[in-house]
Amino acid sequence: MSTWQTYIIPTSIDEAIQALINAPGRACPIGGGSDLLLEIQQGHHPSVHTLVDVTRIPEMLRLEVSGGSLVIGAAVPVKIITESPLVQYHAKAVSEACGLIGGPQVRNTATLGGNVAHALPAADGMISLFAFDALVEIASPAGRRMQPIASLFKGPGQSSLDPQKEILVGFQLPLRQPGQSSAFSRVMRPQGVALPILNMAVWLERDGDVIQDIRIVYGPSGPVPSRAAKVEEIFRGNPPDEAVLRYAKHTIHESIRFRTSAMRATSAYRHHLSEVLLDEVIGKAWQRTFELEVA
Amino acid sequence: MNAQGMIHLMVNGQSYSLPEKPGEMLSDLLRYRLYLTGTKVACGEAECGACTVILNGEPVLSCTFPAAKSNGATVLTIEGLADVHHTSAADGSQIRLHPLQEAFIEHGAVQCGFCIPGQIMTSYALLERNPNPDDEQIKYALKDTLCRCAGYPSILNAIHAAAGTLRTGRPVAPPDIPSSSRAQNSVGTLRPRLDAVAKVTGKAIYTDDIHFEDMLHARVKRAGVPSAILKRLDVSQARRLPGVAAVLTAADIPGEHNHGLVIPDWPSLVGVGERVRTVGDALAIVAAETREIASHALHLMEVEFDLLPVIDDPVKAASPDANSIHPKGNLLKHIKVRKGDTEQGFAQAEIILEHVYHTPMHDHAFMEPECSIARLTPEGRMEIYVGSQIPYSDRNQVARALGVAEERVHIIGQLIGGGFGGKEDIAGQIHAALLANATGRPVKLLYDRQESLLTHPKRHATQIRVKVGAKKDGRLIAVETELYGDTGAYASLGEKVMTRATTHSSGPYEVPHVKADCYAMYTNNPPAGAFRGFGVMQSAFAVESLIDTLAEKLNIDPVELRRMNALKVGSLTNTGQTLRESVGLMECIDRVDQEMRRLGGNNPFKPRLVEGEPHRVRAWGFAVGYKNTGLGGGAPDKAGAEVELRRDGTFQVRSSSAELGQGLPTVLQLIAAEELNQSPQRVDVLLMDTDLTPDGGPTTASRQTFVTGNAVRHAARALRQLLTSEVAEKYDIPPQEVRFIEGLVQVNGHKVSLAELAEEVISNGRQPLASYTYWAPATRPLGQGGDMHFAFSFAAQAAEVEVNTLTGEVQVMRMIIANDVGTAINPLGLRGQIEGGAIMGIGHALTENFIVEQGKVITDRLARYRMPSITFTPEIVPIVVEHPVAEGPFGAKGVGEIVLIPTIPAITNAVYNAVGVRIDRIPIDQEKILLTLKEKTHAV
Repeated sequence: MSTWQTYIIPTSIDEAIQALINAPGRACPIGGGSDLLLEIQQGHHPSVHTLVDVTRIPEMLRLEVSGGSLVIGAAVPVKIITESPLVQYHAKAVSEACGLIGGPQVRNTATLGGNVAHALPAADGMISLFAFDALVEIASPAGRRMQPIASLFKGPGQSSLDPQKEILVGFQLPLRQPGQSSAFSRVMRPQGVALPILNMAVWLERDGDVIQDIRIVYGPSGPVPSRAAKVEEIFRGNPPDEAVLRYAKHTIHESIRFRTSAMRATSAYRHHLSEVLLDEVIGKAWQRTFELEVA
Repeated sequence: MNAQGMIHLMVNGQSYSLPEKPGEMLSDLLRYRLYLTGTKVACGEAECGACTVILNGEPVLSCTFPAAKSNGATVLTIEGLADVHHTSAADGSQIRLHPLQEAFIEHGAVQCGFCIPGQIMTSYALLERNPNPDDEQIKYALKDTLCRCAGYPSILNAIHAAAGTLRTGRPVAPPDIPSSSRAQNSVGTLRPRLDAVAKVTGKAIYTDDIHFEDMLHARVKRAGVPSAILKRLDVSQARRLPGVAAVLTAADIPGEHNHGLVIPDWPSLVGVGERVRTVGDALAIVAAETREIASHALHLMEVEFDLLPVIDDPVKAASPDANSIHPKGNLLKHIKVRKGDTEQGFAQAEIILEHVYHTPMHDHAFMEPECSIARLTPEGRMEIYVGSQIPYSDRNQVARALGVAEERVHIIGQLIGGGFGGKEDIAGQIHAALLANATGRPVKLLYDRQESLLTHPKRHATQIRVKVGAKKDGRLIAVETELYGDTGAYASLGEKVMTRATTHSSGPYEVPHVKADCYAMYTNNPPAGAFRGFGVMQSAFAVESLIDTLAEKLNIDPVELRRMNALKVGSLTNTGQTLRESVGLMECIDRVDQEMRRLGGNNPFKPRLVEGEPHRVRAWGFAVGYKNTGLGGGAPDKAGAEVELRRDGTFQVRSSSAELGQGLPTVLQLIAAEELNQSPQRVDVLLMDTDLTPDGGPTTASRQTFVTGNAVRHAARALRQLLTSEVAEKYDIPPQEVRFIEGLVQVNGHKVSLAELAEEVISNGRQPLASYTYWAPATRPLGQGGDMHFAFSFAAQAAEVEVNTLTGEVQVMRMIIANDVGTAINPLGLRGQIEGGAIMGIGHALTENFIVEQGKVITDRLARYRMPSITFTPEIVPIVVEHPVAEGPFGAKGVGEIVLIPTIPAITNAVYNAVGVRIDRIPIDQEKILLTLKEKTHAV
């Protein structure tokens, strides 16, 4: 009845994949384990024989600019991501989101890879990556592949990763160019389950007085995370002024179905908050496009 | 790759190599293999921070950190902290403390102590990175390190003080807490707790920290369904599981099958063919070589039920066609209060208001989950190691279940990691004893957080209708209340809790005509029982909300309205008791009012927009409350205590009364020191042992300072007389010439040390010991008039809230709190009670909601039952009002509950003042506020 039988700490991706494949029972990669271990203990995750700890694989601990991208290893503790000047410069929304995951102690062990692999529809870190159209690097016995983050999700709590043989290695985000910026925020409820009622991440590119390009994502906005494409359309080529924001809010109502979840929020309240967050997060990101921070 | 099988790690500077164990967390390794039990596990689900240790320089939660992962790591636990840095002990003692440890002691940041190792280790990590943090930075770092005693303001102060010492090398700055206005030599002065050093160093022993050779680990099979007949129970597979020592069912109970504090209606184990009344009902118990084996055995038990309809609401339970949960029906008690003639009263009234309010169940969420260890001594007596609020009741109930005489059971009380009323009923005591009895081996039964949430009695959920009638000038003429209380599946203290709710339901006001009816109902929900405030929290929320509405309708200042009707000396309460003394309500009102207007201007109830953020609106709210001290209602209320002069010249005070973190030992220490004219450090205190300490009665109803305090006072006086007469006889002088000074007795020119005196008494064949049983003034049952209670505490509170009108979110910014406590015997402990009560009240107002649907517990994890973290801490202005009670020890009365009672309506009244949304159901629902505001805007 133990949470696991064998705990393996490999130091390379290949070793890790071998450990997964060779496990005599169900195997699963583990990062900080802050969600996974509790889910196993509480019976929300099938019991596991072998846990393969990926937090000592140097490749998965990378946090650097490489090959024209910001590379964030899947096993980097979210506290490191929060405080990283590189992430703060290139992907402020990711830094903001990571600073809100769990509590201070949890952030010392929780990883962005775990936050994404868990595939919850409103995980803060994961939602922030959506605003960057992040690419996910996956290692499997067949080799490496890159796939867009959106292609990773099959349903609530279900990712397309095969934990018996695949490992999420890390994320690649585009580097910040002049005029670009991002922001993240959320609204919590002080009672009940520890998930946000609604969170929101925005990436945008300013050209003069108008938004040249924008990516918007709300969580939760469906069984799997997705961009608010219709709302983005409203902003492209327009300034984020009151009229455009009003039209965008109207479009949120037309295009996104927020659901009612017992003990968290009604659909009506989520819709209202989506408007409040729109003002706040777009405002914050827009303001940041004028700031010239040095990487 | 890790050489499979071994963990090499460095803990507190020492290296260890240990074989890996499947499923082992770092906290298990530290606690159960290295016996470093200073690291506590309070939730096991990465929620509360109690288990925080420093791993490679960073704070991590050891309860969910795989031990195998710590291979190669360097770990620092609370036990190793003083070796990192320590101050030279000011008192010349050999105890080395880190400045944080010293500051936590000095500032009274330590109460029950269970969270303290986590608090200190988290703070240590913060100060390593940031030597001079501000309040916001401390709150950010400690956000998930929870304290249910909620000494958060003191924790903040302690961290600032420790940071100062670490930066400058100067001694830890003392707290800014005044002595009592009625201070004597010891009573009323600031005194650190007796157990503080042990609690800040990790040496304090709670039940789960105890280990016996050959000890078995127990677990309980719970019903999991709220209402059913147990049709079949097959434990044969579980019994055959290797490592299982015993599986017991109802048929194996040698004595009485039911237990209960007042009514024995709670089966220790539900037998086949018997009734399951709530999800936490126990069906079978198992003891095994390890906890894992015991848990596995639970899964091998086969259970079948015939399901019955579920009654999940006290109003439904009262319906005539509702299924009967107990043979006598669903009504536990109909409680009535009558004064004057309300019909006539409402006829005279010029305004009548009526409203219905709801409060949910609350969980105590004490940090230490229940744990009992039972052990048969070689002489065949049953020892129970447990943190319990009523040790003698445990003894009685365990003896009945075992079918033995009470003297065959010995309760050895351990430190309690918080209780708040939730450790009055039997938890695992009987189960552990049954298993120890059956196996002959020591048995530990430790609840995990889920089991704790599922089983121990909650705060009663209530529905309360209040109707008030008043004159246009604000004078209250009539109050009528109707209460439904959900006592859940078993009586526990339900009748008494709901009686208190009822008698206090018209508020601390003199009202000529009162009628109150309460229906305490059984349901299939988890049982409800004692919880700080004891029913009065619920009725205070209802009546104080409607009083504010009345003030608004009459256009009278809400403080003025309360002043006009407040109880005072000479008032006749709604139960027909004339208050003859110690009614400090008016002073509480006046002083809070004055401070509120100093901070909030002349119209503190008017909404104010935050500058630059017009969507944030602030306003103050005001409320008052009162709460009885002691059992009252005709119940004999007594406590026994003894005081002994030991051979080394120090004194020991003994009583079975319980210390849950509230600071009773300091109260008793100060009282004894005062009576014996010694400094407090010459007095120590032993509590909670049914062999060694006389019965102090239950630790409930804010009674211990008064009742056991008086017992100690009288016992100390008696001892002083005994010693005086000894000396007077020896030197042949009148007793009045014998003087007690520090460590000595002085007789004319002679000085006799107390140690010598002790020897002398003993050599004369006597014991330097005095016992006393104190009987509190008699009270009368409800309905008979006269003194229903021998004392009341009073309070007024003001809260300033900020409402975010974009999201509906509410934050409490500032609180002003005045409590009339008679005399502040222990001002440091009192501060902890005031702060902790207010923050628990904030929790009840904003975050806490124990949710049960169709009898099933939804909030079955700490992650779902949210208690306030340090981020909820407002600025608190505490005001101590001291209107002494003649009969109280040095004038003192109870304080443990009153601190919480006006908090919730002060907050909800403030929300109304800020945004015009009346909260009639707690916790405050930010969504409801927002959607109501939106409707209002549309209406305009």
